[in-house]
Amino acid sequence: MTVLDKVAPEGSKAGERTSPRPTFRHRLSRWDVKVSPYLYIAPFFILFGIVGLFPLLYTAYVSLFKWEAGSDDPDFIGLDNFKELFADAQFWNALTNTISIFLLSSVPQIIIAVLLAALLGARLRGATGWRVGILLPYAASLVAIGIIFANLFGPKYGLINGVLQTIGLDPVDWQANRFGSHVAIAIMVNWRWTGYNALIVLAAMQAIPKELHEAALIDGAGTWRRFWNVTLPLLRPTLIFVTITSTIGGLQIFTEPKLFDAMPGSNNGGSTNQFQTVTLYLYQTAFQNADLGYASAIAWVLFLIIVLIALGNFFLTGRLARPQAVKKK
Amino acid sequence: MRTIRNGLVLALGITMTALGATACGGGGDATPPAAGPNEHVDLTLATFTEFGYEALIPEYERLHPNIKITHRKTGQGGPYHEELVTKLAAGSGLADVTALEEGHLSDFLDKGSKFNDLSKIGPADASPDRWLSWKYDAAKTKDGKLIGYGTDIGPLAMCYRKDMFKAAGLPDDPEAVKPLFATWDSYFAAGADFVKKSNGKAWFDSAAQNFNAMVNQLPQGYIGSDDKLAVEGNQGIKDAWTKVTDAVAKGESAKLTAFSNEWNTGFKQGAFATKVCPAWMLGVIKEQAGPENAGKWAVTAAFPGGGGNWGGSYLTVPTQSKHPKEAAELAAWLTAPEQQIKAFQAKGTFPSQVKALTDPALLGKTDDYFGGTKVGELFAEQAKKVQKPQYKGPGDGQIQENASSPALQAVEQGKSAADGWNQMVEAAKKITR
Repeated sequence: MTVLDKVAPEGSKAGERTSPRPTFRHRLSRWDVKVSPYLYIAPFFILFGIVGLFPLLYTAYVSLFKWEAGSDDPDFIGLDNFKELFADAQFWNALTNTISIFLLSSVPQIIIAVLLAALLGARLRGATGWRVGILLPYAASLVAIGIIFANLFGPKYGLINGVLQTIGLDPVDWQANRFGSHVAIAIMVNWRWTGYNALIVLAAMQAIPKELHEAALIDGAGTWRRFWNVTLPLLRPTLIFVTITSTIGGLQIFTEPKLFDAMPGSNNGGSTNQFQTVTLYLYQTAFQNADLGYASAIAWVLFLIIVLIALGNFFLTGRLARPQAVKKK
Repeated sequence: MRTIRNGLVLALGITMTALGATACGGGGDATPPAAGPNEHVDLTLATFTEFGYEALIPEYERLHPNIKITHRKTGQGGPYHEELVTKLAAGSGLADVTALEEGHLSDFLDKGSKFNDLSKIGPADASPDRWLSWKYDAAKTKDGKLIGYGTDIGPLAMCYRKDMFKAAGLPDDPEAVKPLFATWDSYFAAGADFVKKSNGKAWFDSAAQNFNAMVNQLPQGYIGSDDKLAVEGNQGIKDAWTKVTDAVAKGESAKLTAFSNEWNTGFKQGAFATKVCPAWMLGVIKEQAGPENAGKWAVTAAFPGGGGNWGGSYLTVPTQSKHPKEAAELAAWLTAPEQQIKAFQAKGTFPSQVKALTDPALLGKTDDYFGGTKVGELFAEQAKKVQKPQYKGPGDGQIQENASSPALQAVEQGKSAADGWNQMVEAAKKITR
């Protein structure tokens, strides 16, 4: 408001009586102050509205129809798609697979990422080289990784089974065995993302003030104790961030299971859907079965599940790291 | 708090505007009149994998100076057809001449209103007698609209490993093996014999490959002529299922999913002795088995249960096209016998035109990899054995891909034949729901 008060007399000409009605320039600058900030931030909201919010809302709208791609007049069926979805064994199967693969990938991934970051934070010869090296899997093409890993895990001629057999173990049919396929896909995900997460954690680790470590050192804390009682609690916000991003990514997992299928281009996730994830099922419903309404219902349920699990993670991660922090003080 | 609310209101306002703008995106679809003879026309042509049109396009442009063709070529058939459905639904983005694969054709016949009737807008020389009748008839909708001109076909013959036959004490000469491939029963019986004599080597690559060929030979497939699912009541399908799963139980299958990496390796390793062979499969075998196996593979003019067709495509003109007349002319020219022979010479796509099947260039074609066999003549003979097209209702290709093939794969991975059958029926019901 102070700005406006200053602007007003400036706008009126000298010698002229200040009229109760604001001049054009006055109004313009008033508008400027009021509207400009919104215009400055508008590009984000416009973009978000077009590519984020609009699809979200439109998907909710489509989910209320029996809408076949290419058909001219979709039928409004209310919440029937959702009712059908909750009774759909294939959906629950896909959800179980997704959560299983998510747990098998995210949990080891974050633990290994923190340990790797701790190692990278130590004094190393050629530290930058190691740090860049750890990011290399992330830079590789996801599709190429998928194809290479599907080859490695081939049931008959795959390298992994070859190694298993040379050391006298039984080969695993990585595609037929449900748990085996989940492990294989989780390994693919971890190979790609662990280094990426380790670098984020490393950055946060290096932001921890040295004084805290020095104080702990004087108090007689060993390396392990300092890591547990100083480093970890201070990493909390970063760990929350890493957990939430990997939750979102993990629950949307698509490319790895799609490329892991022996049948090229298949969206079945194995012969009995043993590794079909929710996104894969969603894709199959929408683009193979052309059932856009049902696919939209799947998309919305998946969205809600991700929000719920991300919130759950947020509270859980907070709770896990907090007691340590309190103890330290 | 107030500012946050203001921001939200603003964001919502912007979103509503965006919503409105997008909702009005539709357009009118009045058919424009045909362009004059000298008017410049831009045509697009969309194909997948190899059609052999690279040299034909400049030739057509030379013959028609007012036409400029943009060729959009895609590698894989699966994603290509998924994209087609999306573009069909969106009402824009399809090429003037759009190729469709036979396996996906039924889903598009169901949406016949989105394609031009080529028997009406096409040139007069593209008459039905140009094609093998079953190829021509398969592209007709229920109400008699022709939505596509046939390009290539995939007549079926049997490929086999000469050396493996010999080692197992079976006849290995192309003429002498014909009785083994006379019927499916003789084929699977020979397989059981082969497995015993060769110490458990596999007879064929994958149960699904044989099953697909068997179902395609039946008078009726997965879908009845009333467009309803007909898997359960169809004795032919049940019999085929029993025969194939019995063969799996006897160890005849190499349990390799077709076109997977393991399948490719299987060719190199000699993991199986026979392979159902559409004309285009010869190229696949050559590429996957590699030069080190040259001369070991052979092909013979016999196929269990007579003949059959697997694969081949059509050229369609979607109603989205702004120049349907010119597009239909281009499609007719590309599928004319002379051009089909040129495409055959370029990429081995087997022609579907009656005249092309007696062309010396085709009949004289031999293949050294397969022991110098006259493969052109062989497949021309097999093509004539195909009777009539099986009616394929909407979802047919999907059932093959997402119901029967995975169920057979599950049987190969250890599921019982009865459980596998139930899995297939359930999945097929879900697809046609």
